[in-house]
Amino acid sequence: MMDIPFQALVSQAMLGLNNGAFYALLSLGLAVIYGMLDVVNFAHGAFYMLGAFLALIGLDYLPVWTGIEGLRLGFWMALLLVPPLVGLLGITVEALMLRRIARLQPIYGLLLTFGLALILEGLFANHFNSGGEPYGGKPAALEGAVDLGFMMFPRYRLFSMVLAIVVCLAVWWGIERTRFGAQLRAGTENPDVARAFGINVPRLRSLTYFLGTALAGLAGVVAAPIYTVSPHMGSEIVIVIFAVVVIGGMGSILGAVVTGLALGLLEGLVKVIYPPLANTVIFVVMALVLLWRPAGLFGREA
Amino acid sequence: MPEAGKAMTREPALLVRDLNAWYGESHILHGMSFEVPAGTLLSLLGRNGSGRSTTLRAILGLTSRRSGSVRIHGHETIDLPTHRIAPLGLGWCPEERAIFASLTVEENLMLPPRVGDGGMPIEELYQLFPQLAERRRSQGTRLSGGEQQMLALARILRTGARLLLLDEITEGLAPVIVQKLEETLQLLKARGFTIVLAEQNLHVAARLADAVALVEHGQVTDAFPVAELAARRAEVEARLGV
Repeated sequence: MMDIPFQALVSQAMLGLNNGAFYALLSLGLAVIYGMLDVVNFAHGAFYMLGAFLALIGLDYLPVWTGIEGLRLGFWMALLLVPPLVGLLGITVEALMLRRIARLQPIYGLLLTFGLALILEGLFANHFNSGGEPYGGKPAALEGAVDLGFMMFPRYRLFSMVLAIVVCLAVWWGIERTRFGAQLRAGTENPDVARAFGINVPRLRSLTYFLGTALAGLAGVVAAPIYTVSPHMGSEIVIVIFAVVVIGGMGSILGAVVTGLALGLLEGLVKVIYPPLANTVIFVVMALVLLWRPAGLFGREA
Repeated sequence: MPEAGKAMTREPALLVRDLNAWYGESHILHGMSFEVPAGTLLSLLGRNGSGRSTTLRAILGLTSRRSGSVRIHGHETIDLPTHRIAPLGLGWCPEERAIFASLTVEENLMLPPRVGDGGMPIEELYQLFPQLAERRRSQGTRLSGGEQQMLALARILRTGARLLLLDEITEGLAPVIVQKLEETLQLLKARGFTIVLAEQNLHVAARLADAVALVEHGQVTDAFPVAELAARRAEVEARLGV
């Protein structure tokens, strides 16, 4: 164990943090949706996959399907348009399906979103290369590498990390420090009293699902140039994301962000120190945390 | 709302007619009727479980089903969703106070949207309840019971509501705090607020109310001006079981 090269450790740590930033972005959306709607959103990975595919479609398929070259959407346009588009789909799902089962046990929401995830994944696996396709739209400005002083790091990866962390902080600020966020928290804690004050709680719930799914869509767009765009990318990551949210504490916003980054880092380090454990270390941590603090590291004990 | 203003002169601030309400399969209110003229305080008196709290919740549309008529400042509300009722000028202090634990004192105070003109400025509320000013950054649930009750009252005074539904606001509080709340209600009466007070304490009701309504088995069985309370005290106490 003593002969691990420092350079390898540092670069795996950075790559781990990069993955962690995606974990943070995704588990943030999941935590917001769970905290506000009591929905264990198993479709979160599918919305992430959808975000990546919409970016890919905008770049490679839209001009072919429509025959109009001008309809080719580059990365920046995708970054702008895809998250609200995925969010709109999220709102539709909330209004047409989740609202009908809102009064039932959480297991119904989990089963419904799990089914939804399977349908979305199946649809894309039927129509696209199930092994995945590379996304060729990485902006020229983000090509190459940056010298961080201690290592060279790909410029795009650095961009994705910074963007993810900035978005996470912005969402945290919006929920914890603004009037809208106060209404959201009040609507979560005691919907009846919030409604009695004249707060439109059903609309808040729709907005929450919009926000949560849009975050997943954003993560998908940002992930597209790094990871292969595949119909199965969502179901592969969603299990890890659930582990992150469980470790951080269901519904805890800050917990989701901090835990996401920390577990990405841990995963990266374990890859160097003891590679066979790299893919399972997060679940080992989850088991230990559940034994020690069942409500999660940042969760409030009920 | 000019038409509301006109209606107010003809109609009481709150007019409840044949109100029935259910929680799931349980039928709680059985044809309740009463009215509260603008600027007066009506005390709902009744035993535990007689339906006083449910009456206030049913006015807000918080029961699972309701029928009959609830007119607020002349507007029929029986078919309105809950979040559209408060904007007619209504404020509610729930029995459990319902201070939001995830919000600070000041966030709790600022939470309810405005429902009318002339709400009390936040500085005036802090003058009225200095304890809240000292603890404005604390989480809501760190407050004592009395402070929570003051906060629950203060947060609906900021909104400009003119019709207040107050549920057991003196329950379980120290006499000095009960006295503070009584003084506050006297001040609100002097300023022309219309108040419905669900209250178990007959003495408090006698000092504050313009009229009392006896609630038994989900109905108003008797209603009379507070002046008659002294003469009918023994009978009322027997019916309330105090």
